[in-house]
Amino acid sequence: MSGAAPPGVPRRSGIRFDGVTVAYHGNVVLDSLDLTVEPGEVMALLGPSGSGKTTALRAVAGFVRPVRGRVFIGDRDVTGLPPHQRGIGMVVQQYALFPHMRVADNVAFGLKAQKVPKGQIPGRVAEALAMTGMDSYAKRYPRELSGGQQQRVAIARALAIRPDVLLLDEPLSALDAQLRSGMLAELARLHRELPDVSILYVTHDQVEALTLADRIAVMDQARLRDCGTPQDLYRRPRTEFTASFVGNANLLPVRVGSGSVLFGGTELAVATDEAVWGATATLCVRPHLVGLGAGPNALRGKLAEVQWRGSTHRLYVDVDGHRVKADVRELRVTPALGDEVTLHFAAEDAVLLAAGVSGE
Amino acid sequence: MSRRGSTALAGDPAAGAVSTGSAPGAADPPIGTARRQLPTAAWALPPVLILAAVFLYPLALVVQQSFSPDSGGTSLQPYTDVFASTAFREALGTTVWLAVGATAGCLVLGFLLALVVAFVPFPGGKAVAKFIDVFLSFPSFLITLALLFVYGTVGMANGVWTDVTGAHSGPFQFLTTPWGVLLAEITYFTPFVMRPLLAAFSQLDTAQLEVASSLGARPARIVRRVILPEALPALAAGGSLVLVMCLNEFGIVLFTGAKGVTTLPMLVYSKAILESDYPAACVVAVVNIAISVGLYGLYRVVSRRVGA
Repeated sequence: MSGAAPPGVPRRSGIRFDGVTVAYHGNVVLDSLDLTVEPGEVMALLGPSGSGKTTALRAVAGFVRPVRGRVFIGDRDVTGLPPHQRGIGMVVQQYALFPHMRVADNVAFGLKAQKVPKGQIPGRVAEALAMTGMDSYAKRYPRELSGGQQQRVAIARALAIRPDVLLLDEPLSALDAQLRSGMLAELARLHRELPDVSILYVTHDQVEALTLADRIAVMDQARLRDCGTPQDLYRRPRTEFTASFVGNANLLPVRVGSGSVLFGGTELAVATDEAVWGATATLCVRPHLVGLGAGPNALRGKLAEVQWRGSTHRLYVDVDGHRVKADVRELRVTPALGDEVTLHFAAEDAVLLAAGVSGE
Repeated sequence: MSRRGSTALAGDPAAGAVSTGSAPGAADPPIGTARRQLPTAAWALPPVLILAAVFLYPLALVVQQSFSPDSGGTSLQPYTDVFASTAFREALGTTVWLAVGATAGCLVLGFLLALVVAFVPFPGGKAVAKFIDVFLSFPSFLITLALLFVYGTVGMANGVWTDVTGAHSGPFQFLTTPWGVLLAEITYFTPFVMRPLLAAFSQLDTAQLEVASSLGARPARIVRRVILPEALPALAAGGSLVLVMCLNEFGIVLFTGAKGVTTLPMLVYSKAILESDYPAACVVAVVNIAISVGLYGLYRVVSRRVGA
């Protein structure tokens, strides 16, 4: 096969979107995407439904043809290539195992399709199954496996062809929370074992993206809004959308003063020297960095709702007409709804965003 | 209906008292049970009787007649005579090869057309799929008539040929041969294969096809290794149906007017109506029924094995 690396010769190929636009009947579903996935990197495409993330993945796979732009895998322009010539591994949400084939035959499918010498196939199948811990299930049919096991087989099937690029389309969303957590760890381990494989991971789950990705591309309304390392996006988001979608931050409208900002009638200290005096901006504070009780940058308001979340309580407090979220360590005594409470946060924990920045 | 009626009675103290003479409430469950059991057999009886009267009894008469030679009494003579006749053997051979040939043609053509309709997006694809449902309701002679208009001796194709070349007659003379019957049967019965196939294809997860493609499989391999195995139960169902229908087809053979093409149903017709040889006609009919029932039994066994 033209795409996959020859046996024993690891090849490092990244993915490059060069102004890729996809439209269905004139309706743009992916708009001018410029993005590079470095060789061996895990890039998460994170966004809500309809944000264009799956379309971007399908453009790499060859299932949609861009109306503009080019897609590259390594140095190859694959924009016009049919899917079977691209040399990619793909895992989808509902596993898509072939129900009439046993596990081993499922895993061998790609090897046979790529005309791998017959003598090599059993070894390659065993290797892929061992990698995913499914070697003892080779003789079973997919219907005899649990959801998690089926997903492992799907991953083994994709890895068996030793792809340069692995596309994962919401691979864990059909699993329950506990299995998902285990599979996340498995995927992280697999990537450590296969450091040359570039992975494009589509998800709407920020935990999966934060856990697994080297970098996250945040998408919304068919466009790329932000891109950076998980730590950067979480701690220093550049856009309101990123701040809200990744970590569900508090976004408070403020007016910039001299060394401080004004939120309603309250003056708050912030650690930034980039803001323009007098401009309107958005102050981003993560809920878990907001404390209950008096302190610096105190905000007084009425408790609107309390949610117990095991080790934490989430408080919703109405401050100057805005609802502020705070995740605090489990309270021994919870305040009553309607009580006046005080929240606070440290100046260095707040990020000032230019108002209305959507991440064009 | 009976269940509802029973429940109402069971909850009705007066009914309980009338039925059992015991105290209301205590006797309710047994009454309900008894009333539920009785109607089951009673409701099954009328359809069985109707079936027996309108279908099984005439069928039994046919079988009885097949053992009743014109010379009187009951014997295997009609069977011996019919089985010994060349006409019967030829009709049996013609029937089987036409049915098998038409079924094979329908399976190949139906599978290819269903593939296109289901997996190759084209304008009007949904309308085509709906038209197949309508097509199933057409009478078989209509298709034959349409073919006569196109390929008949004085049909369009020959008309165009004679107009263009000035020849006395056109080259399309196959419609009155067994090949014409075969073409008509394939044309008419192909949708009967397509219908279950389209239903099966609509259940197929298209992600399987995409993953297969991403793994390096070309379209032909995807069809052979992914789609075809999934379609086997539907192919078996459609193929069996077409085979049985082809074995019993009468209208198409009659309308093509194919000389020398005598199938078992045509032989029944000629023996019974043209020659008034009822015992022989009944023997041929019994053979035809035996083949159909045998094939149906085979279909059931096969479909159970492939999980249809």
